[in-house]
Amino acid sequence: MSTPLLQTRDVGKSFGSVIALRDVSMLVNSGEVTCVLGDNGAGKSTLIKILSGVHVQDRGEYLVDGAPVRLGGPREALDRGIATVYQDLAMIPLMSVWRNFFLGSEPVTGRPRRLDVARAKDVARRELLDMGIDIRDVDQPVGTLSGGERQSVAIARAVHFGARALILDEPTSALGVKQAGVVLRYIARARDRGLGVVFITHNPHHAFPVGDRFLVLNRGTSLGEFAKADITRDELTSLMAGGAELDQLAHELGRDGPAGAGVTPER
Amino acid sequence: MTSVTADERVAGAGWVRRLLIRPELGSVVGAVAVFAFFSSQSAVFRSAEGVANWLDPASTLGIMAVAIALLMIGGEFDLSAGVLTGTTGLVVVTLATRYGLDVWTAMLAGLVLALAVGFVNGLLVVRTRLPSFIVTLGTFLMLQGLNLGVTKALTGTVQVGGLRRVEGYESARALFAGSVTVGGVDFRVAIFWWLGVTALATWVLMRTRAGNWIFAVGGNEQAARAVGVPAARTKIALFMTTAVAAWLVGSILALRFSSVQANVGIGQEFIYIIAAVIGGCLLTGGYGSAIGASIGAVIFGMADKGIVFAGWDADWFKFFLGGMLLLATLANRLVRRYAEEVRR
Ligand SMILES: Nc1ncnc2c1ncn2[C@@H]1O[C@H](COP(=O)(O)OP(=O)(O)O)[C@@H](O)[C@H]1O
Ligand SMILES: [Mg+2]
Repeated sequence: MSTPLLQTRDVGKSFGSVIALRDVSMLVNSGEVTCVLGDNGAGKSTLIKILSGVHVQDRGEYLVDGAPVRLGGPREALDRGIATVYQDLAMIPLMSVWRNFFLGSEPVTGRPRRLDVARAKDVARRELLDMGIDIRDVDQPVGTLSGGERQSVAIARAVHFGARALILDEPTSALGVKQAGVVLRYIARARDRGLGVVFITHNPHHAFPVGDRFLVLNRGTSLGEFAKADITRDELTSLMAGGAELDQLAHELGRDGPAGAGVTPER
Repeated sequence: MTSVTADERVAGAGWVRRLLIRPELGSVVGAVAVFAFFSSQSAVFRSAEGVANWLDPASTLGIMAVAIALLMIGGEFDLSAGVLTGTTGLVVVTLATRYGLDVWTAMLAGLVLALAVGFVNGLLVVRTRLPSFIVTLGTFLMLQGLNLGVTKALTGTVQVGGLRRVEGYESARALFAGSVTVGGVDFRVAIFWWLGVTALATWVLMRTRAGNWIFAVGGNEQAARAVGVPAARTKIALFMTTAVAAWLVGSILALRFSSVQANVGIGQEFIYIIAAVIGGCLLTGGYGSAIGASIGAVIFGMADKGIVFAGWDADWFKFFLGGMLLLATLANRLVRRYAEEVRR
């Protein structure tokens, strides 16, 4: 078996007295999607902030290409090809699509060095089209795009800048059904291009179709990491909702007797 | 722009939208209205001499407003900018008249001091993460106290003067505080400094990486950091830029009058912010324009002198200011909503 792209071994992180994450192990392979599932406050964001260099773990090991690392910041993660699209801070709404696309890695030309605006616009438009994203006008402010379009631009940006690992923090959670489908399609496309994708969500119905591996978190600890072959959608759903609790809920809500697996949690 | 492939969804509304979301739009409309109004009240106002006359206050205000606009786009305020024009002027005159430096060396010393103040402002803001409004209110009060305290201790009065007799005065004055005759009318050189500063700031904002970073740290600092923008460095550089502008204006005024009052610049900090806001800067950062701030300064210059030309009491100026500010803020809010409206 080849070395995983990213791997954690028993990582933990505390904020003061709050233990946000405890003994979590996971791995991400190139050309695969690893889904991180869990309810609000489960520690999903904390885990991926360790992967993306925002936090350093207090305990355990983080390996990139098989070698243990302690990342000094998001820039260092980016330099290793680990790109992150955050939940709500993926884009700067008042800036145009092309400026957002190249933010932090702007192409320059000439002397004194200035932005290569023509090239930037051209590349942004082309890369977006390549990912199948049809942006009306790369000069429009990102704030005028729909939520799904914005996530998609961020994904295209990461792919363009040579990301090998793409981390997405709840990219579909604020979206309607159709927009979420659009984003899932780009996740699949990034995977097909050979990226290792970490997809955080609390919706098993979003995770299951695209995921190759599933890590389920609950209150900071891992409930297990499963390959797709080893788990069904219903098992994943009930694991996430804490199986017994869900049966209880179904019982409470049902008119006559236990309804069992028919219930799907909202969101 | 040349290679934009036509998309039927852009057609028609595209250019209207482009125009409407230009941050300067409000200030241009305002400037035209104010010019038309005072021109109708006074023939002198619209003459070449009149123009040169109201461009003069617009120029020194404009240099500061442009720097403050950059800072505001970057998401910060600087309340110490006004009083720093006084501090640098006082330092230049004091060093030149009492400590034997020639004017140029004294100006260099003033520049170093200004850079240090800007650096400290910036460092305090990025390190403490306190609102810059509070941090620079602190430096504002400290500088105000120093300006008066040190001046009184040294001279026993509240002004320092006599720069005229110091070596290098004539050459420095020609460059910073002289006049240039264009078509038989004298224009202050400060006007050309102001145009230069506006052009440079616009170029940096629109056409350099630093400009992209300024918009980004003001628009969403966390998102900017996450993609590797050096947010702290960008902000510190902005505070230092504001300080350099204050040094330039302080030097211009010191050379123009050959003396400096210890209370110079106090109260101006809000005028800079107002000019920047009239020019389209959002108080929340991330949006605005250097040209807009300059046009905001022109509106001020016109109102300042126009009220005198029209023979009114100068008290009306304040009323006018407040009205302009409210109108501009309302217009900016509409623009922001338009640009930010999210469709899901
Ligand atoms: N910077 C922080 N400081 C203190 N507590 C934090 C911080 N970040 C996360 N936490 C806490 O850690 C726990 C896990 O949060 P998070 O990783 O954001 O969960 P999720 O993304 O799964 O909703 C929560 O209890 C949260 O309050
Ligand atoms: Mg989260």
